[in-house]
Amino acid sequence: MTIIRTFLHSGRFVAGFLILLAVLIFGILGPTLSSKDPLEMAGSIYQKPDDKFLLGTDNFGRDVLTELKFGTRTSLTVGLLGGVMATAIGLSVGTLAGFRGGWVEELLMGLTNVLITIPTIVILILLSVAITVRSAWVMSLIIGVTAWPWTARAVRAQTSSLRTRPHLDIARLSGSSGFAMAIIDVLPYMASYVFMALILQVSSAILSEATLSMLGLGPTNTISLGVMLNWALLWESVRTGAWWAFLPPVVMLSVTSFALLAMNSGMDEIFNPRLRRR
Amino acid sequence: MSSHFRRYLAQKVVWYALAFFLALSLNFFLPRLIPGNPASQIVSALGQQGMVSSQAMKKMYEQYMQDFGLDQPLYKQYFQYLGNVATLDLGTSFMQFPRRVSDLIGKALPYTLAIQIPGIIVGWIIGNLLGAYAAYKGGKTDAVAFTGSLFLSSIPFYCFAIILVYTLAVYFKVFPAAGAYKFGLMPSWTFPFVQDFLRHWILPFLSMVLIIIGGQAIGMREMAIYELGTDYVNYAKGLGVHDRKVVGYVFRNAMLPQVTGLALSFGTMIGGQLIVESVFSYPGVGSLLFTAIRQNDYPMIQGVTLIITVTVLAANFLVELLYGIIDPRIRASQTGEL
Repeated sequence: MTIIRTFLHSGRFVAGFLILLAVLIFGILGPTLSSKDPLEMAGSIYQKPDDKFLLGTDNFGRDVLTELKFGTRTSLTVGLLGGVMATAIGLSVGTLAGFRGGWVEELLMGLTNVLITIPTIVILILLSVAITVRSAWVMSLIIGVTAWPWTARAVRAQTSSLRTRPHLDIARLSGSSGFAMAIIDVLPYMASYVFMALILQVSSAILSEATLSMLGLGPTNTISLGVMLNWALLWESVRTGAWWAFLPPVVMLSVTSFALLAMNSGMDEIFNPRLRRR
Repeated sequence: MSSHFRRYLAQKVVWYALAFFLALSLNFFLPRLIPGNPASQIVSALGQQGMVSSQAMKKMYEQYMQDFGLDQPLYKQYFQYLGNVATLDLGTSFMQFPRRVSDLIGKALPYTLAIQIPGIIVGWIIGNLLGAYAAYKGGKTDAVAFTGSLFLSSIPFYCFAIILVYTLAVYFKVFPAAGAYKFGLMPSWTFPFVQDFLRHWILPFLSMVLIIIGGQAIGMREMAIYELGTDYVNYAKGLGVHDRKVVGYVFRNAMLPQVTGLALSFGTMIGGQLIVESVFSYPGVGSLLFTAIRQNDYPMIQGVTLIITVTVLAANFLVELLYGIIDPRIRASQTGEL
């Protein structure tokens, strides 16, 4: 209960959380309650918003609102799956390296540092080019296996500093196995930190998906916010002034990303009291 | 040059060489996972569209077989690839046959750099000043500057670019909406061209600068707040040291992590900026990549990803060197003396 109250103290966290909740509801309930097919060409090209098409139609006469609902769902799915995957890999690699030390640490951190140095976008592009059929799952996988080094590096730093704490000596003396110690004695200390890292990973996974989709390397069998923007670019909706075709995905992406960053920065204030200004 | 610095340098060189080698290998192997023989695939696709005569097709096929060494075993292809890269030979474009990838990239690169280099530098400086100022001032200034920066930095580069194009170029028609210069002008060092170039340059530049300002301000503010609470600041204040002097110390200490932050964000920035170019139809490397992906022009894609890798690695390397010179502590800890 006290934890929840602490969270409520940060206005930024609450605001971010509420916005995210609204986006989640839109992305989950929207497609479920919608009876329309997002790919159906229901009207004519670039119809302005009216009673029938609340957000108008796009370059193929498809209903933008329906596209937005399904697109938001895909983007959230990829963001969540990709983010969780990246955090899980980063957490495992980081904990293993920091906890084991020795050559395991040298090897894992060497790999991590080399991967951090190579621009992520390049690996993402090459992977997506190599995999010619891409579902939302494949997109998440591509993003998940590329984005983990940041988390791994940070988690390793935390684990190494925890390793020398006295309660770990006691665990060692009482005969705990390394794995049990990692789970029981190390992870709980990093829970808040890992949760914050997860939020950032989800946010960056959503944006990575959008970046790839805009380049034309997005999911091949479904709509995402980035795919909508890719169409907007290819069919010149920006320069022809059809704002209803590009503004909804732009706003949705920015708002989602803002919500996640606001939550992250709110939590930063909560866990690092020094950032709370007097 | 001290021996410590030399050791620091050697260590960095080894790491960057490893990263470059890995990137090069990914660049070679990943596109080869695409099923089928790329040369015959692309040539037959072109043939079906009726774009080229059968004789031209045969010539293209031979060119690609030779470029990639596709009749050779994989390891030989790999060595051939390494050799080609070493001599800056990036192959022939599929779609703009027979133009060389390296020539096309060489034409596009100046445009990309003209946006990126000033964008990153100006954004970094303004962002850090703003962040430090907000942290020092506190109160309302801080709240407004911080929330604003947070919002700016969370908008993806390309979303912001789209909004800029629509409002300032399409709706209000203040700036041109596309290209790097007016149709019909030839690139030259004449006044009308430079003026026209700048008019086209300002929007893509702005779309990059404002978002970098946001991100940098947030980082700087956080660093500066930490520094403002440290013992040395309290001590200096207790001694009655002038405010401006204290802020100077704080700024210097808080700036150091920001330099690494800059290096580490090069990759992300460039990724976002690539699409900004296609939003503005700006004739840089990003637009080249956008078109290449749409046309399955694999040599072009590989060439662009290679150039991005090299640029980012080089920029990172420079910043780390600079960092080693500015901050002796980093050098010492990296070479294991602390």
